[in-house]
Amino acid sequence: MRDRGSILVPAVLLVLWHLAFLLAGFLAPYDPAEQQRELPYIAPSHLQFRGPKGFHLRPYACGASTVVDGPAPCYPVHFFVHGCTYSFAGMPWSVHLFGVPSPGRIAILGTDAYGRDVWSRLLFGGRISLAAGLLATLVSLVLAMLIGTISGFYGKWTDELLMGGAELFLVVPWLYFLLVLRAMLPLHLTGAATFLLVVGVIGSLGWARPMRLVRGVVLSARERNYVLAARGFGASDTYLLRRHIAPMTAGVLLTQAALLVPQFVAAEAALSFFGLGVSEPVPSWGNMLAVLQQYSVLVSYWWMLAPAIALVITSVMYGWLAEALQRSLKSSSI
Amino acid sequence: MLRTARLCLLVQLLAIFCLAAPSPDPLQPKEEVQVCKDAGQYGGRLVVGLRAEPKTLNPVTAEDAVSREVIGGLMADLVHINRSTQQSEPALAKSWKVSADGLTYTLKLRRGIRFSDGQPFDADDVIFSWAVYTDEKIASPQRDLLILDGKPIQVTKLDPYTVRFTLTRPYAAAERLFDSLAILPRHILDKPYRNGQFLQQWSLNTPASQIVGLGPFRLKQYLPGQRVVLERNPYYWKADAPKRRLPYLDELVFVFAGNEDARLMQFEAGETDVVNRLSAQNYSLLARQSGGLQLDDLGPSTEYNFLLFNLNELNSSHVPEIERKQAWFRDLGFRQAVSAAIDRESIVRLAYGGRGTPLWGNVSPGNKLWVDASLPHPQRSVDSARQLLKSAGFSWNATGNLLDPGGQPVEFSIIVASSNSQRMEMATIIQDDLSKLGMQVNVVPLEFRALLQRVFQNYNYEATILGLGGGDADPNAEMNVWVSNGSTHLWHQGEAHPATAWEAELDRLMNRQMLTLNYKRRKRLYDQVQQIIAANLPMVFLATPDVLVAAKPGVGNFHPAVLEPTTLWNVDQLYLRRGAEMARSR
Repeated sequence: MRDRGSILVPAVLLVLWHLAFLLAGFLAPYDPAEQQRELPYIAPSHLQFRGPKGFHLRPYACGASTVVDGPAPCYPVHFFVHGCTYSFAGMPWSVHLFGVPSPGRIAILGTDAYGRDVWSRLLFGGRISLAAGLLATLVSLVLAMLIGTISGFYGKWTDELLMGGAELFLVVPWLYFLLVLRAMLPLHLTGAATFLLVVGVIGSLGWARPMRLVRGVVLSARERNYVLAARGFGASDTYLLRRHIAPMTAGVLLTQAALLVPQFVAAEAALSFFGLGVSEPVPSWGNMLAVLQQYSVLVSYWWMLAPAIALVITSVMYGWLAEALQRSLKSSSI
Repeated sequence: MLRTARLCLLVQLLAIFCLAAPSPDPLQPKEEVQVCKDAGQYGGRLVVGLRAEPKTLNPVTAEDAVSREVIGGLMADLVHINRSTQQSEPALAKSWKVSADGLTYTLKLRRGIRFSDGQPFDADDVIFSWAVYTDEKIASPQRDLLILDGKPIQVTKLDPYTVRFTLTRPYAAAERLFDSLAILPRHILDKPYRNGQFLQQWSLNTPASQIVGLGPFRLKQYLPGQRVVLERNPYYWKADAPKRRLPYLDELVFVFAGNEDARLMQFEAGETDVVNRLSAQNYSLLARQSGGLQLDDLGPSTEYNFLLFNLNELNSSHVPEIERKQAWFRDLGFRQAVSAAIDRESIVRLAYGGRGTPLWGNVSPGNKLWVDASLPHPQRSVDSARQLLKSAGFSWNATGNLLDPGGQPVEFSIIVASSNSQRMEMATIIQDDLSKLGMQVNVVPLEFRALLQRVFQNYNYEATILGLGGGDADPNAEMNVWVSNGSTHLWHQGEAHPATAWEAELDRLMNRQMLTLNYKRRKRLYDQVQQIIAANLPMVFLATPDVLVAAKPGVGNFHPAVLEPTTLWNVDQLYLRRGAEMARSR
C-alpha cells in the first residue's frame, strides 16, 4: 500500500506536468513565433498587487510594453482573455488563461532576441520536446519488447544473432550517425519530417539496453514451472508469450520507460541545440537553448536558461517515478 | 650551498639579459627614415588574441587572414594605404611619380635602410620580390592583381634606389597595388627561389633567425598551439617625432584563442591587451564593465551583408527543384518585393544591437570616398511588396499563401553559416518578414565550409546570406565581384558572356573606372555601378555592422581604423604607458 502511494505522487505530478504542455495554447498568452521587435531580451515582468489606487487583489504586470518612450507602466492582468488563435483537439480556440490589455505585454519569463515571449515558447517547445521523448521511448520499448522476447524465448543462434546486433547498436555514436544521416537527406525537411526523423533515430538507437533486460526476464520466465506446465499441456509459443511471458516484462518496461523518457527528451534537446532537430521559428527546448552558445547571452540574460530548468524538472520527476517503480518491483518479487 | 644559489641566480639573470628584446639601433646619419607625428614610450609587450594559428609566415603564399595578420608585423611594402585616411602614402618608396599617360610609375626608394638582420635594402630586393610575386609557378594569391591584359606589370631598375614599373594600359590608383606586397630579402631567398624551393620557405618550422623582413618586428619564437612571439626589429625604418627609432614595443605576442567569445573572455581576464572585431553584444558586455577600457565604435565597416538568390546556370538533371524556383529568383519584381518587405532597421537593432547601418547598395557608408550618397533608401513596405508580386503574376490562395504564376506555392530555403549568430538572426527576421507576403521560408543552418562549397562549387542552394568586403576601400578590390567573369561573381558564377544587359553595362563601367585616373570621373562611373546594382538587385543588401574594438587603458597611440587590421595597422607606434605596464607585472 505504501508503495502504491509512493508511485502515485510522482505519477500525478508528471501527469499534471504533461497536461500543462498539452494545454500550451491556453496557458501561453502569445503565439510562440510572434516577434515583438521593439522588445528584445526584456527581463521577466514582475507582478505586483499595488495598482493606481493602492492595494489591489488583481495582479499588475510591470516591465514590458510596446510603447517605447518613458518608464514601462504596469498593466492589470485579466483572466480568460481572448487573444491569438491556437488549435486544440482539432478546433481553433482563442481563450487564454491570462493576458494584459494592449499595448502592455506580460512576459513572465522575459523575451528572446526577437522579442518573442519565452514563457509561450517554453510551453510550445515543451510540447515538442516531451512528445519527441515519449514517442521515441515508445518506439524503442516496442522494439526492445519484440526483439528481447524473441531473443530470450527462442535462444540459441537467434539469441546470439540478436544480442550481437544489440551490442552493435550500443556502440554506434548516435550523434555522428545523425550528422551523416542529416547530410544525406535533402537540405530542407518539413517540420513534421524532421520531428519524425528525430524520433525515429533516437528511438531506434535506444532499444538495445532495455532489450537486454527484457531478454533476461524472458530467459528466467520460460523456465518457470507454470510455463513448463503450460507447455506440457500443449500450449503454443504465441499463447505462452502472450499469456505468461509478456506480462512478466511489464515491470521492467515501465521502469525503463521512466528512465528513457527524460534521456530522450534531453537527446532531442541536444539535437535541436546543434541545429539538427526542429528548426526556427518552431520552438523546442533544444533550439531555445542554442542561443546560450553565445557568451554575451549566457552572462546577460538568465531567463534564457528556462528550458534547461524545465529539462531538469522533467528528469527529476521521471527519476523519482523510476525509483518508486523499481522499489515496488523489488518488494513484489520478494 | 649559498654559492651555488648565487651562481644560479647569476646564470638566470644573464639568461634574462640575453633573451631581452634588442634595443633599437641608433639612427644613422645617411638613413632616410620616415618620421611619424606621434610620440610614446619604449618597452613592454602587447598581447593580441588570434582566432586560429597562422598557417604560414611566407607573405607570398599566405592566403588566410590570420597568417596575414601576423605577417603584417614582420613585413613592409613600397607604398602603403593609411588605414585611417584610406589614402595611399609613402612607405619603403619615399616618393613616386606617375607619367602623364599613366603607364609608368617611378619609385624612389629609401636609402640606407636595413632588413631585420642588418643587411641593406635596395632596388635588387624590389626586382626580386616582383619576380616572385608574378611567377606563375609560385601562384601567389596576389598575382591576379599584377597581371594586366595577360601580361605582368614590368619592373626595371634605374639605379640602386630607383625602380620603374611599366603598365600595358592605364590603371586607376595603381600605387594601391603595392599595399601589402611584402618586399623580400634577396640575400636570403634568392637561392631557394632559384632551386625551386620557394614554396617551402618560411613555414612555421623555419628558425626565427632565417625569417627576415622590413617590418617593425621580427620573429622570436613560435610555440605550436600557444603563441607567436615577435620582437622589435632594431633596424626598422621609421622614427617618432623626437627622432627615436620605432617601434616602441619590445614584443608583440599573438596568442591563439579561438572564436570571438573565447577572445573576449581572454581580454576580460586581462590576458590580452587589444581585441577587435567585437560583436555588438560583446561590445555592450565590455561597456557595462568599469575599468577605463578604451572602447571604440568606429562606425560602419566596409563589409556588406546580403541575401543572395541562386541565379547560376544549373545542370537540370541535378537539382530540378532549384531550377523550378529560379524562375521566381530571376524575376526582378520578385527580388524587389523581397527587398521591400525586409525590415532592415530591425536587422540592425536585433542582430547588431543597434550598432550597424542598413544597406540598400553594395558600398557601405563606411567607405567614405566611394559611397553613392544619392542612392534611394526606400522604407520597408509590405504593401508595395505585394503590389510588385501581383504585377509579376503572383497571387494568394485562401489561406494567404503566395502562389507563383503557375499556381505553385512559393517556398524556399535560406542556408546560413551556423557559426555566425548575426546572420542566423538576420535569416530568422527575414523568414518572419517574408511570411507576411505569404512566402514559406526555411532557415537551414550549415557548417561554413559546407555552405561555401554549395555557393561556389555545386550551386546546390536556393538562397543564402553572406557578407563581402572589409578589405581595401578602392573599387578595384571589387572587380572580382561585379565583373561577369570575376571569381566572386556570386549570383551567377562562371558566366562566359554577361547574361543580362545590365551585367554587360556593369562590365563596361567597371573596366572603364579601372582605366580612369581622375578621381571625380572615376567616382561618377562607380556611382553608376552602384545605381545599376541597386536597381537590379543581384543581391538584396541588408546591413553592415559597426567596427567595434577595445583596448586596455594603458595602450597608447591607439587609433583604430575601419579597414583591416583595425587595431594593429599602426602597431609600430603603439606603446604601453609605463604605469599600466608596472601594474600588470605586479
